[in-house]
Amino acid sequence: MAWLFRPKKSANSAKERLQLVLIHDRTDLTPAALESLKDDLIETISRYIEIDPTAVTINIAHDGRSQRLVADIPLRSGGRRRGR
Amino acid sequence: MTAKVVTIASGKGGVGKTTSVANIAVALASRGEKVACIDGDIGLRNLDVILGLENRIVYDLVDVIEGRCRLRQAMIRDKRLPELYLIPAAQTRDKTAVSPSDMVRLCDELRQEVDWIIIDSPAGIERGFKNAIAAADRVLVMTNPEVSAVRDADRVIGILDAEEKGPAALVINRIDPVIVKRGDMLSVEDVLDLLAVELIGIVPEDENVIVASNRGQPLALDGKSKAGQAFQNIARRLMGEKVPFMELESNNIFHRLLGRK
Repeated sequence: MAWLFRPKKSANSAKERLQLVLIHDRTDLTPAALESLKDDLIETISRYIEIDPTAVTINIAHDGRSQRLVADIPLRSGGRRRGR
Repeated sequence: MTAKVVTIASGKGGVGKTTSVANIAVALASRGEKVACIDGDIGLRNLDVILGLENRIVYDLVDVIEGRCRLRQAMIRDKRLPELYLIPAAQTRDKTAVSPSDMVRLCDELRQEVDWIIIDSPAGIERGFKNAIAAADRVLVMTNPEVSAVRDADRVIGILDAEEKGPAALVINRIDPVIVKRGDMLSVEDVLDLLAVELIGIVPEDENVIVASNRGQPLALDGKSKAGQAFQNIARRLMGEKVPFMELESNNIFHRLLGRK
């Protein structure tokens, strides 16, 4: 039963850690800068349309070596979700 | 003759660039190609000892660039192969003795003499690296299956794209299939997923590499060792042949009986 308690294979840790490191190396965008970008985005969009700031997500997706910024910004429809 | 200029770079030091340059050059020369390799690591020359030509150096790269000798005089001919030459690095100078345009000019002259120019880039991404890629038609990026080497390879691949020297081709060196199987080493697939570039070579961990460097006799000369075969395969791929990638996880009963992995 000892295998149940074995830590994750180290190659998997290496790969997961590298995936994150490479995203930031390639874009020169720190997690803190990404957070601040998100705040600015929420502020700007909120001036035009009502959104739920807590549900906004922003990520860097990659396809091969090209990267894209993917923002998911749910809109508040009417006043229905106001009470939340 | 118009040579193809191939530079081998890695970012991180110690991943096997010099060994690969020596072996790819030897492999190409053993296939009848005329090859000149250039040690781009000025101040830290090593390609001469790996090739076993350290006792024959008279002139070096900086002597050619500064006009103290003709190109031909700095080309050391390897006696084991009829058409293999080395242009050694200067040992008592530093990277600033050479500029990228010097390298372009030197390679333009050398292109007329040989079929292949293989350049050994120093580690790092500064002047020495910039010099080494200046004349390159193609850049091979070398990495090991470990986090720091993969990260640095990614930086180098990015810089090559930005400088329009891409797309780079990847060589993964020192793969140990037993450790990969155990889950404690990044696999070839993992590294390719992360770096997303074309693969041109997989070189297995092989203790013959150390023996070869001790003797100054590149592995690709005999072609029996796994690493030697892997370098021969890279040479064939450079020449445009389609060569399948070596099967590393050999469960062949005969190999096991012979104690080979």
